[in-house]
Amino acid sequence: MNRNSGPLGRISDALWRKPSLLIFLLILPPALWLGIIYLGSLFALLAQSFFSIDEFTGQIQYEWTLKTYGELFRPSNFDIIIRTVVMATAVTIGAAIIGFPVAYYAARYARGKWKAVFYLGIMMPLWSSYLVKVYAWKLILAKEGILNWLFETLHLSWLLEAYLSIPIIGGNSLSVSATGTFLVFLYVWLPFMILPIQASLERVPVSMLEASGDLGARPSQTFRHVLLPLALPGVIAGSIFTFSLTLGDYIIPQIVGSSRRFIGQAVYAFQGTAGNIPLAAAFAVVPILLMAVYLWIAKRKGAFDAL
Amino acid sequence: MHSDRAPLGLKIAAGFGLAFMHLPILLIFVYAFTTEDKSYQWPPPGFTLKWFGVTWGRSDVWEALALSLKVASISTVIALVLGTLCAAAVSRTKFFGREVISLLVILPIALPGIITGISLRSAFNLADIPFSFWTIVLGHATFCVVVVYNNAVARFRRVSGSLVEASMDLGANSFQTFRYVIMPNISTALLAGGMLAFALSFDEVIVTTFTAGQQQTLPIWMLEELVRPRERPVTNVVAMVVVLVTFLPILGAYYLTRGTDTVAGQGK
Repeated sequence: MNRNSGPLGRISDALWRKPSLLIFLLILPPALWLGIIYLGSLFALLAQSFFSIDEFTGQIQYEWTLKTYGELFRPSNFDIIIRTVVMATAVTIGAAIIGFPVAYYAARYARGKWKAVFYLGIMMPLWSSYLVKVYAWKLILAKEGILNWLFETLHLSWLLEAYLSIPIIGGNSLSVSATGTFLVFLYVWLPFMILPIQASLERVPVSMLEASGDLGARPSQTFRHVLLPLALPGVIAGSIFTFSLTLGDYIIPQIVGSSRRFIGQAVYAFQGTAGNIPLAAAFAVVPILLMAVYLWIAKRKGAFDAL
Repeated sequence: MHSDRAPLGLKIAAGFGLAFMHLPILLIFVYAFTTEDKSYQWPPPGFTLKWFGVTWGRSDVWEALALSLKVASISTVIALVLGTLCAAAVSRTKFFGREVISLLVILPIALPGIITGISLRSAFNLADIPFSFWTIVLGHATFCVVVVYNNAVARFRRVSGSLVEASMDLGANSFQTFRYVIMPNISTALLAGGMLAFALSFDEVIVTTFTAGQQQTLPIWMLEELVRPRERPVTNVVAMVVVLVTFLPILGAYYLTRGTDTVAGQGK
């Protein structure tokens, strides 16, 4: 019996003889989908950032101009960019500090049952609902919530009030302060930092740490001069996520935070109620450019091998 | 000297990190049973099961849930097809534009969601496409492809090429080889990828706010409640149910991909 007869068989033979045809057929649907729907939309958006809006009529003028980009440098708009970048940097540093010990323990010491506990302990928060996580913090930071209750029970309310009276990071209560926004960002993006650090630490051979010890280094020296440089690509890989995610988020500062806006909120407001699509598009270009620079630096530091 | 026991400071720091990641979610479980319905008072004045009944009777919650499940199912199917095709092509051979394709797949998730969202929205506006169920699916499928792709491409690399050649030598055609040799080897990776894609779509809110018209998926419903709270206890219950529901696919994906060090033909 000849199995390779019939139309199916002929198609099969043709695909086997011409692998390039097979590759072409495989790649065509995803390339079309992503190329047309995604890239098409993205370029349509970027193109609109080169248009401008007529200040009197509110109509979009379809003429190429850099005027809209100029508006980004107006103090009120530039503040938004600076604020977002500072927040993203703070969140990234905070996540690295809290995440590193977790990743280090999971990679080096957790064995057997504990390995699974740590794996799921990091994956569960990563994959559980974003909004539920934000909601949990709304509960925690509320005036009548658990954190205020804790400070009161410990008779430390004065400390919290003193902290909240600090300008910029403070506010009327934690849930409407920049500190609150920072805490929620930190909480929501932390797992994205831990995973790449863990991956990079798992690749450090134990013998290297032992050699360092044998050569007379104290544990702190081994950590500083051997482990940390080897873990750095992982930290940078993690920072790509925490930085990028903070740059683009508009929901967290809207729910927990002061009235000072972030880039995401600006994009949302300008395309929505204000109807200023060109300026929204120009604002959207800012995180893209920042991330492009960031990724370029990260690539030079070898962070992509740790992803 | 390096010992195999963790220093105490590290243990405490790691424990603190894990506690920081989990305690807030556990709080949701307490609030679902509180008798307080006007504020987020802690400690809860009392506990009740009443709100589960109230939530059960809310038709808007059910409609949002149904829409979310429908969107997630269809997006997952599209992502499975596109992601697998992409992974098969990229893992098989080196071809021109291979790097571009990988970048293209990752881009929708690498760029902030708001950019994906606003570009899709302005494209729909330009093309005069009215917002509907399908515009939501379009957005979701686009960023779900990467999850399936990542899972599938890792597994494809481990499926030995000699297995495929052996199958062909024994007289099977491409389709039979795919059905009987490749599929069994990649099926768990696809299932895991599909579950994660489902979870991703089920939870997505940023892109959805731009691509949904009047329709509410469950996250959009939840966002409304967060911004303008109407009935807090109902939100508490929904939040708890969402946590429980999303845990299942994660656990499932974990158990499916756990033992994958032993894929057939790996030794070759």
